[in-house]
Amino acid sequence: MPLLELTPDGLYCRAGDFHIDPWAPVARAMVTHAHADRARSGSAAYLTARPGVELVRSRVGDGAEVQPVEYGESVVLGDVQVSLHPAGHILGSAQIRIEHRGEVWVVAGDFNPAPDPTCTAFEPLRCHTFVTEGTFGLPIFRWTPEAELAADIHAWWRTNQEAGRASLLFADPLGKAQRVLARLDASIGPICADSAVEAFNAVYRANGIRLPATQSDAARGALILAPPGADRRAFGTVSTALVSGWMRIRGTRRRQSLDRGFALSDHADWPNLLAAIDATCAETVWVTHGFRGPLVHWLQEHGRRAVAIETRFGEAA
Amino acid sequence: MKAFSELYTALDETTKTNAKVAALGHYFSVAPPEDAAWAVNFLIGRRPKRLLESRKLAQWAIEEADVQDWLFGECIHAVGDLAETIALLLPPAARSTNQPLHYWVEQRLLPMRDADDDTKRRWLVEGWREMDERQRFAWNKLITGEFRVGVSQNLVVRALAEASGVSAESIAHRLMGDWEPTAAFWKRLLARDAADEDTSRPYPFYLAYPLEGEVEDLGPIGDWQIEWKWDGIRAQLIRRGGRTFVWSRGEELITERFPELEGLGGRLPEGTVIDGEVLPWKDGAPLPFAQMQRRTGRKVLGARILAELPVVLVGFDLIEHEGRDVRESGLEWRRAQLEALAPPESALVLSPRVDVDSWDALRRLREESRERKVEGFMLKRKSSPYRVGRRRGDWWKWKIDPYSVDAVLIYAQPGSGRRASLFTDYTFGIWDAGKLVPFAKAYSGLTDEEIREVDAFVRRNTLEKHGPVHAVKQELVFELAFEGIQRSSRHRSGVAVRFPRIARWRHDKKAEEADSIDTIRALLG
Repeated sequence: MPLLELTPDGLYCRAGDFHIDPWAPVARAMVTHAHADRARSGSAAYLTARPGVELVRSRVGDGAEVQPVEYGESVVLGDVQVSLHPAGHILGSAQIRIEHRGEVWVVAGDFNPAPDPTCTAFEPLRCHTFVTEGTFGLPIFRWTPEAELAADIHAWWRTNQEAGRASLLFADPLGKAQRVLARLDASIGPICADSAVEAFNAVYRANGIRLPATQSDAARGALILAPPGADRRAFGTVSTALVSGWMRIRGTRRRQSLDRGFALSDHADWPNLLAAIDATCAETVWVTHGFRGPLVHWLQEHGRRAVAIETRFGEAA
Repeated sequence: MKAFSELYTALDETTKTNAKVAALGHYFSVAPPEDAAWAVNFLIGRRPKRLLESRKLAQWAIEEADVQDWLFGECIHAVGDLAETIALLLPPAARSTNQPLHYWVEQRLLPMRDADDDTKRRWLVEGWREMDERQRFAWNKLITGEFRVGVSQNLVVRALAEASGVSAESIAHRLMGDWEPTAAFWKRLLARDAADEDTSRPYPFYLAYPLEGEVEDLGPIGDWQIEWKWDGIRAQLIRRGGRTFVWSRGEELITERFPELEGLGGRLPEGTVIDGEVLPWKDGAPLPFAQMQRRTGRKVLGARILAELPVVLVGFDLIEHEGRDVRESGLEWRRAQLEALAPPESALVLSPRVDVDSWDALRRLREESRERKVEGFMLKRKSSPYRVGRRRGDWWKWKIDPYSVDAVLIYAQPGSGRRASLFTDYTFGIWDAGKLVPFAKAYSGLTDEEIREVDAFVRRNTLEKHGPVHAVKQELVFELAFEGIQRSSRHRSGVAVRFPRIARWRHDKKAEEADSIDTIRALLG
């Protein structure tokens, strides 16, 4: 019997009697990370990597029990041994390794093998079955080195300052915002954070992640970090930009009437995705969401057993 | 190429008109004339004739990028644009080229037309290897000829006028007709006093805005010249140097397609330009415009079709009189001159003036539009000059309300270009004997927010896939508006409609409540 099965509530490990990132309330949920499609409220108990405990708690509500697990620490649940390993996606993000009588499965959650100063680096793991994301599972997704992107953002910021405009930078308030913030050169001007972003900044700082100082009032010449839905009219004359891997495609940027798009992502790009899968030496790969079809097709063509499974990951929760 | 790809990026990165004009102005001020001429050429939408089949372009890109055919197809599907997909897929750039735009166009792009496949391929691949990602994108866009970057001709004209100090009207006029994008042309374009020697050159068309607010707001009806709004091909007929030219609004020379108009030209005085609408016309009345397609679709016009579907120019304005540009003279004067020079019994029909003494009377008369095979009224201020492009204030179109029906979304497929990676092309069905039959396709009319909602619906409710076309659960109802309707044996519903678009999303209606084929047939009358 496979170690994991897909139930109406989500991925379920029968031998250990727990779910991974379930989309319905369950008795015990292992949570890969604190994004809303993974950490959903209603379950009785949660386990997650220690740096992400506070983030998960903020998603699932204070009442629920959220138990921290150290990276690398082994926990015995039922008949299986479970351990959490850094996924490089956001603070506290983890791959979940499950071992049962010598058979190893790894659920990677969302992951990013590229360097990110705001979370622990992705750890390659060997396994028999690898459950991966496929968010950017097409070869058009190839990220520009982060330093180059930071230089582009700085240049945009400076140009806006010269033109007397504020720089309104939209970013996912959890993860992406901090990752950009960590790269910003505060000597250019004041950095403002919208309250939704600042709430997560505080958690990052409390976990010892160094971030430049942020303020709440939009000052002159400032760069403002805000969630993508934020009302741009609140900030006077602005140039707008969004930080997202999707900005690699011109159409997605233009559709949102943004002035600029910076293709920085907390997911693996195509080369890294393939390299990561390869490094697991897995015989079987499950692809949970994203460009599932193409990734599965590619893996099959390259001699791996691969299947697409229908999950609710990647959906707006 | 570097400056040009930077211009492309700058234009692409802003939706603000002033920023676009500034970017264009900057480019025009620094680009060498031979580059600037080409840039203008591409920016206003002129493109070289087919240089290379997209299939080959794709094939060579597939080989250079070393991806599988199917994977390339998936990428196109996600990006929605061939030129962009290729730029994103090619191996990371190691270089960027310093060769200027005109080098790439004249030495590589244009010669491709006559080159063999091996040479084309070599030039393409060499080009890609010498360019960075932005340059590759702009270059691919030039090759595929889909050079759209949210810049209208008006905007280019404005930037050129601001950069040169020459009036926008002169610039717009000099950009009409036939010209070669050369340094010499560029100098003529921006010259303070260029003699306009090209005899075929039309004037930029003056276009009306849809009426905003109530017709009474326009003031006394006596200040306005009122005409029926004809549904034809807007065109200028030019008689100069003993020759006749007919230009469509799309700046296509269409003289050969309308021998009747060539004949008309021979009866006009030298130095005449008439603005009007080309219509199929018989026994003193227009034929349905759809009939025109039977003529425009043909290469050779036989005697029979000419007799069956004769065309006329329904003339409504005179913009050149006795060799003189008279656009600044008032419309009333221009119209009088037009009436004076119209030859009797010719293919020139003067667009009748509608004489009523009140807006109310006009409103009643408007009800007759459909019977008269017109789309409503044109309201033109009698004192108005003939302006350039679409302008508010002096010319308005007051169209009749479109037909509308409620139809159900049955198929969806992803759009292209800006709408890539979203389901934006829809097919709608209406009821016929208990089943929904395809009735019309529509691409526009929803807000971005609604498009995203429909997109999400399609993704969750796809029942079957036929290539890119997804058959969806028959649930969403939309009100479709359209202009004309006629019987068609090529359509499963038995009718074809003109300019269908989505008027609104009927959240309040269920699929069962959508209209049926009987409702549509009733519209046919």
